[in-house]
Amino acid sequence: MSTPSQIDNHGHAAVDDHHHHADAASHGTFKSYMTGFVLSVVLTAIPFWLVMGHVFESGVVTAVLVMAFALVQIVVHMVYFLHLDTRSEGGWNMMALIFTVVIVLIALTGSLWVMYHLNANMMPMSPEMMKNMP
Amino acid sequence: MSDTALDHTLVRDGKPIFHLTTEHHPESGTLVGFWIYLMSDCLIFAMLFATYAVLGQSYAGGPNPKELFDLPLVAVNTAMLLFSSITYGFAMLQMDKGKKNAVIGWLALTGLFGLAFLGIELYEFSHLIHEGAGPSRSAFLSAFFTLVGTHGLHVTTGIIWMATLMVQVSRHGLIPENRRRLMCLSMFWHFLDVIWIGVFSVVYLMGVL
Repeated sequence: MSTPSQIDNHGHAAVDDHHHHADAASHGTFKSYMTGFVLSVVLTAIPFWLVMGHVFESGVVTAVLVMAFALVQIVVHMVYFLHLDTRSEGGWNMMALIFTVVIVLIALTGSLWVMYHLNANMMPMSPEMMKNMP
Repeated sequence: MSDTALDHTLVRDGKPIFHLTTEHHPESGTLVGFWIYLMSDCLIFAMLFATYAVLGQSYAGGPNPKELFDLPLVAVNTAMLLFSSITYGFAMLQMDKGKKNAVIGWLALTGLFGLAFLGIELYEFSHLIHEGAGPSRSAFLSAFFTLVGTHGLHVTTGIIWMATLMVQVSRHGLIPENRRRLMCLSMFWHFLDVIWIGVFSVVYLMGVL
């Protein structure tokens, strides 16, 4: 359980952790903010260029790429701007985030799935009929 | 620490006391709590996104996103929010160095970028309503105005909060309370930028596709 090497390792890690937390982990550094900013600009510019420049013929390819870039950029913001890692606030921030992501995924996929089938089973309607709806 | 405090204060002068009398809560307590609030806010936005995803194709014979949305304007708006994120980051870095006036300056710049964002968004909204594409036109537009409007309301709140903190910092300096408040607003502001990533991707870019 407590071999000398492990104690040494633990002690060393704890010192490192404290040092890191004191000057960097809580608000980041100039370098980390700039890294996050440059990455965000690139990850924003590419999807706008894909859509505005009509780079791909297929809308599905563009849509998948736009969503992929959005997900990557959200992670970039979480890491470089919100300073989220598994150690922040003793891991509770990460736990809350994982819980929220699970709930969000269930709610989003559930809503879309159910409502898609509901729409698919509705009687087809012409735009004229829709205009006259209450 | 809290355990011992609880033991000492549970019974004092023969009377039970049910609250902690310790003055200083650990700073991380507030930050975890605020993070949990942000996660609950995230759920609100997730529901609005789900609503938009379900209703976003229901034009009721009215205009569709391709005819309505002006992508260059949205790109400028996105840039405003991104710039405000990095300037808030610089405010936090100056806070670490203890430079009060620099913090206020960067906060002011952040607030200006936020106001520019709001101005552009309000211009877009008024333009849409003027064209007859108001929130009551179709389910798509109702969902659009609710989602983007809720985000805009959050940005408005953030700007008010920022102005309040600028007054607080200029009056009381970078005391621990103000540092804590600045850190909470930092999370709030960057969180709004995260939500905006979802908005411009799902609503604007996917809409115009």
